Amino acid sequence: MSPALLVLAAFLALSLGLGVLAQRGKAMSLEQWAVGGRGFGTLFVFLLTAGEVYTTFTFLGGSGWAYGHGAPAFYIPCYGAIAYAISYFILPPIWRYAAEHRLHSQADFFAAKYRSPALGVLVAVVSVSALMPYLVLQLKGLGIIVSEMSYGAVSPVAAVWTGIIALVAYVTVSGVHGSAWTSVLKDVMILVVVVSLGVILPQRYYGGWQPMFEAIEKAKPGFFALPERGLSVSWFVSTVLLSAVGFYMWPHTFASTYTAKNANVLRRNAAMMPLYQLVLLFVFMTGFVAVLQVPGLRGADADLSLLRLSKQAFSPWTVGFIGAAGLLTALVPGSMILVTASTILAKNVYRLFAPAADDRRLAIVARLAVPVLALAAALLTLHGGTAIVPLLLMGFSLVTQLAPSLFLALGTRPLATSAGAIAGLLVGETIVAWMSFGGVTLAKLFPSWPPGVTDLNVGVIALAANGAVLAAVSLATAPRRARDIE
Amino acid sequence: MFRPRAHHLLALLPSVAILAGVPFANGVRGYVLGLPFLLFWILACVIATSAVMALLGALDRRNEAAAPPPTPGEPESGRP
Repeated sequence: MSPALLVLAAFLALSLGLGVLAQRGKAMSLEQWAVGGRGFGTLFVFLLTAGEVYTTFTFLGGSGWAYGHGAPAFYIPCYGAIAYAISYFILPPIWRYAAEHRLHSQADFFAAKYRSPALGVLVAVVSVSALMPYLVLQLKGLGIIVSEMSYGAVSPVAAVWTGIIALVAYVTVSGVHGSAWTSVLKDVMILVVVVSLGVILPQRYYGGWQPMFEAIEKAKPGFFALPERGLSVSWFVSTVLLSAVGFYMWPHTFASTYTAKNANVLRRNAAMMPLYQLVLLFVFMTGFVAVLQVPGLRGADADLSLLRLSKQAFSPWTVGFIGAAGLLTALVPGSMILVTASTILAKNVYRLFAPAADDRRLAIVARLAVPVLALAAALLTLHGGTAIVPLLLMGFSLVTQLAPSLFLALGTRPLATSAGAIAGLLVGETIVAWMSFGGVTLAKLFPSWPPGVTDLNVGVIALAANGAVLAAVSLATAPRRARDIE
Repeated sequence: MFRPRAHHLLALLPSVAILAGVPFANGVRGYVLGLPFLLFWILACVIATSAVMALLGALDRRNEAAAPPPTPGEPESGRP
């Protein structure tokens, strides 16, 4: 066994061990399995958030964007920072309501706040439709990372199957506790690996950050500024705003906030998370080094820049460690997605057909759903071909559409009706689907308009239509008496 | 329940510095701390977000120690 493969295998075994042992001393009820008994303190909520937010997409895609696009990549830390500022205000009321009503999923929140099981089902469908491609993305990343970093000794197919079996094992046994404990390993590994890469590589190839930037600027003038057209300032600002709003709408990110033991934990998290985002700086540095050192990676291959550069620069032992960090960026978010999607299937779908089911039974159903979902994701990863690509791009837009009805439900009573929320959501999601599958952009729809308008993120349109329909239908269906009581 | 206070407006500062500042920062050439100005500006905003949210947390905890919010389960109408 080669050194790199040895390190990769050791870290997979370590994750599996941590994940399985995580449930020791806990009676694994639904409450423990799905939301950690709502007992996580500041440190664990921080580790879990950092663990699930920084995925293979950050590791490979962040460096890939820096490599392929330059300055537009900077939108990633921007939307994160704004999302955490928003989280300070929205998460405490969400947490309190969820704790009082013993909620386990995001769909639960909508169903309970709007007193509408139908809305709960709709949110459940949206959630699973967005989570499955996201899980597939993690598995694809895992396959690429392991096969690259084992120098081809393990095929992507073998890597995906091995990864998914480990995931199913520890998620079924430990639920969110498994995600939390493997996060500890992952967050430390990512921090150490990415910061080291971002410092060592520019030093070795250019003698420091500034000489590197100057060399790239000379070869590609304007690489570190946003272009006039396309990924321009107006694209940047609209995308940052839209992504910041959508950030906590991801069902697994939303549900992970339920694990906090009180609302202050979430406020402290809002102060800590932006700082952790600085790892992205070092991810970008790695992508920038690769611009002149491993040139010629085009399109989706840009995402390989970090891995290719690492293999060129380091010994197989080190390559194994970098690969292990990458492996963990797939496992931790993957595990949290599995917990969330399974909980949704049990609580928001299965329970419709078995209203008498108690939490004990729901916990069993949720755990049975884990291998089923995992198998579906593995098959989609290996046989989905390119059909999955529009779905991947769509996931973020799909969940962002939940924002209007969520924000309006933060007070004691929702400011919209359930009919309004459902209508708005349906319209928003339909537009998202049409735009994603049709490849619609504003520049194509209105070629003569100025780029300041046509570069806007198209998601803005879906969100605006969603909000307008929500408002109109809510006004039409609002019970008069409720307004009198106000 | 959440009670808006004047100091909560502070939370807007870093976000506005990003959204309104990037169009200007994008036009500035030169390096700060070895980073292109745009990247430096964005990182400064990110760090400022952490600092501001920590300050807000400290202020809110101090206010709540003086006047504790209703505990979960207590009816909302119970507050003055």
